[in-house]
Amino acid sequence: MLLSMSGIGKSFSGVAVLDAAALEVGPQEVMGLVGQNGAGKSTLIKILTGAYRRDHGTIMFAGKEVDFATPAESQRAGIATIYQEINLAPHRSIAENIFLSREPVRFGFLDRKRMRSESNRILRGFNLDIDVELPLETYSVATRQMVAIARAVTQDARLVIMDEPTSSLDDREVELLFQTLRKLKSDGVAVVFISHRLDELYAICDRVTIMRDGRTVRTGRMDAISKIELVRAMLGKELTAFTSRSHARKKQGTDKPFVEVEHVASGTRVRDVSLRIAEGEIGGLAGLLGSGRTETARLIYGADRKDHGAIRIGGRETNYSHPADAIADRIGFVSEDRKVEGIIPEMSVRENMTLAMLPQLVRRGIVDQGAQQEIVERYIRVLGIKCTSPDQQIRELSGGNQQKVLLARWLCMNPRLLIVDEPTRGIDVGAKAEILKLIRTLSEEGLSVLMISSELEELVAAADHVTVLSDGRSVADFAADELSEDKLMGAMAHQN
Amino acid sequence: MTTAASTKASDVKRRLNAAAWISRYGTLAVFIVLIIFNVVVTPNFLSWQTLNVNLTQVATIVIVAVGMTLVIATGGIDLSVGSLMAIAGALAPMIFMGKLMAIDNPALGVALALIIPVIVAGLFGWFNGMLVTRYSIQPIVATLVLFIAGRGLAQVITNGNLQVFRNDAFQFIALGRVFGIPAQVVIMAVVVIAAALLVGRTGLGRQILAVGGNEKAARLAGISVTWVKRFTYVFSGVLAGVAGLIVVARNSASDANLVGLGMELDAIAAVAVGGTLLSGGRANILGTLLGACVIQLVRYTLLANGVPDSAALVVKAAMIIIAVFIQQRSESG
Repeated sequence: MLLSMSGIGKSFSGVAVLDAAALEVGPQEVMGLVGQNGAGKSTLIKILTGAYRRDHGTIMFAGKEVDFATPAESQRAGIATIYQEINLAPHRSIAENIFLSREPVRFGFLDRKRMRSESNRILRGFNLDIDVELPLETYSVATRQMVAIARAVTQDARLVIMDEPTSSLDDREVELLFQTLRKLKSDGVAVVFISHRLDELYAICDRVTIMRDGRTVRTGRMDAISKIELVRAMLGKELTAFTSRSHARKKQGTDKPFVEVEHVASGTRVRDVSLRIAEGEIGGLAGLLGSGRTETARLIYGADRKDHGAIRIGGRETNYSHPADAIADRIGFVSEDRKVEGIIPEMSVRENMTLAMLPQLVRRGIVDQGAQQEIVERYIRVLGIKCTSPDQQIRELSGGNQQKVLLARWLCMNPRLLIVDEPTRGIDVGAKAEILKLIRTLSEEGLSVLMISSELEELVAAADHVTVLSDGRSVADFAADELSEDKLMGAMAHQN
Repeated sequence: MTTAASTKASDVKRRLNAAAWISRYGTLAVFIVLIIFNVVVTPNFLSWQTLNVNLTQVATIVIVAVGMTLVIATGGIDLSVGSLMAIAGALAPMIFMGKLMAIDNPALGVALALIIPVIVAGLFGWFNGMLVTRYSIQPIVATLVLFIAGRGLAQVITNGNLQVFRNDAFQFIALGRVFGIPAQVVIMAVVVIAAALLVGRTGLGRQILAVGGNEKAARLAGISVTWVKRFTYVFSGVLAGVAGLIVVARNSASDANLVGLGMELDAIAAVAVGGTLLSGGRANILGTLLGACVIQLVRYTLLANGVPDSAALVVKAAMIIIAVFIQQRSESG
């Protein structure tokens, strides 16, 4: 083995993010590394490259035990990491980038001629015929990645780590990248390839390491693991655990479609998504990380613009340019990242709750304190929000209570459609159940809901039907009576 | 074992509370201590004369710093205020002296001299806002444009000449008195009260704080981050224009080289000492007033007791560092 990491553990302020993680890569091997968000992939890579220090575990590289203190040390040892945002100098020429920080010198001056000819020779080895005098930024992301790889090779890298290299590439560029990786392999360089796109993993990887909850749960030959097994291992579902649930819940809603999304596309993340949700229905949206779930929701909400396709809400075609337009149509959106996109940490529970309905609370510019107080007290009571007073800063609340405040932010403006992205992420079991129950109660009262979740049992339990996305496309739609975690996973793995 | 642990925890809590207390009331405490110190040590401190001298010196800083507070609350900064003061200060005398256009009615001339420069300063503020929102230029760089070019523009308008004038109607904004209170202090009070109400009572005020507190969340909650930010830069520009008029009216002269020179730093210092987070999300208008007063009072105390002004600058710098340090401590706690 070229690289052998075993028993790696790491905690951040008392919370274990890695526990018994392992990664082995042989020489001339492309190793896939997969796992859901928070599985510990990037932490493991950062420990390997010396960006983080491990708490325990051993790392063997090229036959001896190593302990890199800084990324520079691991680079000198022959480990190159190529991120999507390439850390090269965009304004300098390709040749200068390839030789960055180790420029050839002749009589004390830069040997530009040699830099140029060497760069040309190296890049031709990768089937890349480009002008090495032009600045890096004039080229596409794919070419820049290739330059970064070329640079790594000239630095005698023996292991190249690529973190989601394909997420902003088109199909042709992906193929070019794969050619490059095969070339690396034949030159005796090993590759760790991190991706969420299953097809690509099968196309390029020799073996795969699957991580979940900070552990390495499975390692094996790529061709010996079926897609569905791969997804199961990532999500942590054992085969025996699959039983399709009986649905106590009566199907909600009318047959009248309220939300209709037709062949919507935007950028590289959303390629072709169609879905519909009837009035008073909970429509689920499932898919692996990077499948375009959140991006689709943001398009419906007007937080991003679509390139193609049509979105109709209540029978009327929408073309929102700002979330304010969606809010005016009484659409609410609880985003997946509470801290980054949800709460205003410095503000009180009261101010956070009434943020979206502020325009309705304002009389001649002044906030109607009486009306505000009434609304805030009502929702604190109805949702059972635990806070010392409405004046308490929201950041002092528990995750579950913060989430309830954010739900209240939308409920108080009496929405027609509520989009909830990972509504139960990072909150305790009790609060999870409460929030799911709340969403179901609301839909019984006529609210349409689009619910995104990585927790399949949540979708199976709560949704009236679930649309499955894979690689930016809607690939399946299951009605409540045919819904099971098994089927969802099959569709997510894009296997019929 | 348990007792030791719980003692430790309560210690930490007490220290945190102390930090929070200092960050909230520290400026006020320093202000009170300074007044007591002066009452005891400085001769003739308790007099109308002293109060008026200090208030008139602090008025323009407070007016500019209030606008700065709102810009900083959105997570921005406005370096152009001093230059905008110079532009407004250069335009006003030219208008009432009829250099720009012939105005027959002197009253109309004064009225226009009070209005047009303020509007122009507001438009330049809007330009700052455009650079920040539409072209996503970092506020410190975007407002640096007018910090540099604005003063040059003021010099071009006046051909670099010193304008000396005497016009009682125009100069009322600086030298006049309303019920015995200097007019510029009245203007300052009106600006402070209006801004405090804006922040505390209006929807717009809350949107400003939301944008500074978490821009992404504010946008997803339907707030137009663009318009909110532009408003704060226009507001800051308008107030800089008002302050520029007061300064030239006070001096009976307008020198594009000197009007508002260094004002951006005085204003930022007042905001920082007043307890507004420089990272955005908070706007303490009364704190800014207090911050400007404390800086002024420190300077006055040192001068009145024979310490040279140059030394007072060092003390001012030290105060800013201490104020920001205390805030960060209470934040991280």
